[in-house]
Amino acid sequence: MITRYLFYFLSILALYSAIMMLISRRQIHSVLYLTLAFFAIGGHYILLNAQFLAVVHIIVYAGAIMVLFLFTVMLLNLNTEQKSPKKMSAKIGAIVSGGMLMIVLIAILRTYDISMTHDPDLTQIGLIKNLGKVLYEDYLLPFEISSVLFLTAMVGAVLLGKKEQI
Amino acid sequence: MDKTFVPADYIPILVQFAVAFGFVLITMTLTHIIGGKRKKIHTIRKEENFECGIEVKGNARFPFSVQYFLIAILFVLFDVEIIFFYPWAINFKSTGWNGFFEMLLFLGFLMFGFYYIIQKGAFKWD
Amino acid sequence: MTIFIIYKVFLCSVILILSLLVAMYSTLIERKVAAFLQDRIGPDRAGPFGLLQPLADGIKLFFKEEFMPNTADKFLYILGPSLTMLIALLTSAVIPWSIPVIIGGKIYPLQVADINIGILYIFAIVSMGVYGIMIGGWASNNKYALLGAVRASSQMISYELAMGLSIISLAMMTGSLSLKDIVEQQQGFHWNIFYQPLAFLIFLVCAFAETNRSPFDLPECETELVGGYHTEYSSMKLGFYLFAEYVNMFVSGAIMATLFFGGYHFPFVDKLGLSNNTLAVVGFFILFTKITFFGFLFMWIRWTLPRFRFDQLMRLGWKALIPLAILNILITGIVILVR
Repeated sequence: MITRYLFYFLSILALYSAIMMLISRRQIHSVLYLTLAFFAIGGHYILLNAQFLAVVHIIVYAGAIMVLFLFTVMLLNLNTEQKSPKKMSAKIGAIVSGGMLMIVLIAILRTYDISMTHDPDLTQIGLIKNLGKVLYEDYLLPFEISSVLFLTAMVGAVLLGKKEQI
Repeated sequence: MDKTFVPADYIPILVQFAVAFGFVLITMTLTHIIGGKRKKIHTIRKEENFECGIEVKGNARFPFSVQYFLIAILFVLFDVEIIFFYPWAINFKSTGWNGFFEMLLFLGFLMFGFYYIIQKGAFKWD
Repeated sequence: MTIFIIYKVFLCSVILILSLLVAMYSTLIERKVAAFLQDRIGPDRAGPFGLLQPLADGIKLFFKEEFMPNTADKFLYILGPSLTMLIALLTSAVIPWSIPVIIGGKIYPLQVADINIGILYIFAIVSMGVYGIMIGGWASNNKYALLGAVRASSQMISYELAMGLSIISLAMMTGSLSLKDIVEQQQGFHWNIFYQPLAFLIFLVCAFAETNRSPFDLPECETELVGGYHTEYSSMKLGFYLFAEYVNMFVSGAIMATLFFGGYHFPFVDKLGLSNNTLAVVGFFILFTKITFFGFLFMWIRWTLPRFRFDQLMRLGWKALIPLAILNILITGIVILVR
């Protein structure tokens, strides 16, 4: 019963903060609303007993990526009114990437079988120990490949950040 | 692992949050009520930003060094990598040498990237 | 269920009051320690030995005028210190203060939440610490405040990495992230400090950096940045920023004692044949003594070492501590596997 109320509360919070993120006028408020939305989603993970995922969600999204966003917003020169980029290429890029995300979501939902649901009180797969076993035995290759992804990201970041010296 | 862990384990955290939040809210309101009692004097000089006594030029909404930004990006990357270590560390005793070499490969890429960014001078401040 | 909630509310309130009291008196002790180290007397006017000084300071903060620069972002200006204080008070939820007390056949654990991933919870809360400072510094619309905030957040995020890495070697040894399990494994004299001295050293340095204590107090270095991120703050809002630092100090001392120094365990105490509840009380005082030691260490170092320069700070964090922590993980792994 309490779970249901919490679910509704978290859902409303997530939706509200996501909408506020889109419509608030000041960028820094948008960033904070997005952080709030991440917290609400972290709460959803806990309700599903995905404890490790919940805490990782908070650490990585709210604790790391949003700090980066905060830096970015502060790095922008806010004295000059920002004209939203109206370039055609940017618009097409946004549509394509949004559409690709949509396709992935639809693909996930299509294969999802409603009878596969677990009772969150009984399943223990979301715990760090069990998750680690699965990750380092069954999904070893994607894990190792992800390190290459990190390497590319690092190289890219340094190339962008240290541009003026090259 | 015979003990089962359920979402209800987190209820106390919610309680702690409520108590801490209540404290902060009450203190803030209280200080507002008590401190706001006296007559406030508003002058331009007083409410100006502090600038060591000289006239304020512009405001604090200016872009700062890109170096800080680079640190933040690298922090995101390393943070994610560190998170990957935790499930591995917990299972370390059961996976043995196998797990060790798996992580060594991952760590190899990480350290290569780390070496690269140091060589490129990502932490050089001038 | 209702009793459970009531008990938890009670426990949380007690811990909250305890940490606030400790933080209050830390300010006095800090000044006394500073006076001792500099061959002065220190505050001694309010009450015997100046014991009422923290109370006087607290009341003064309540009565101060609330000042806000007219160019500030009003909501965020208030949110900044509130968030800092809130986050400082949340960390203590997973610390086991002592063994469970048994009253009338019922077991009352002296730990707010025994969660499976206690260390990661602490890690998550610590990573939130950046927000309060960043928001406060930005909202003041003051150049010094902004610079202080940016410095503080880059420093905190950099040292968070080394902190996370140093705990991994501990997790490899214990095979658990629950603080309760970690303490129970250190029963007797199997304190983790003897097995993981390097990890402790890294963790200690990072704890100094995360709490913005000297020698890492660049965000508020008064010689160049006036007051750092809280330049424009006054009354209780300033009090919250300063107070949160002391709460953080207390909690990080408790975490270090729990992770590396056996928490509420002390050799031979559990063999004295004391009853369970007495043992719980003794255990709590043992933990408290360890925390006091760390508190003194924080103050001692503050009044002994000079401040770092910002580039030195970054170099230490990234080029020294992170490689050291990774080396420590590799050594720990090899030692565990060879044995």
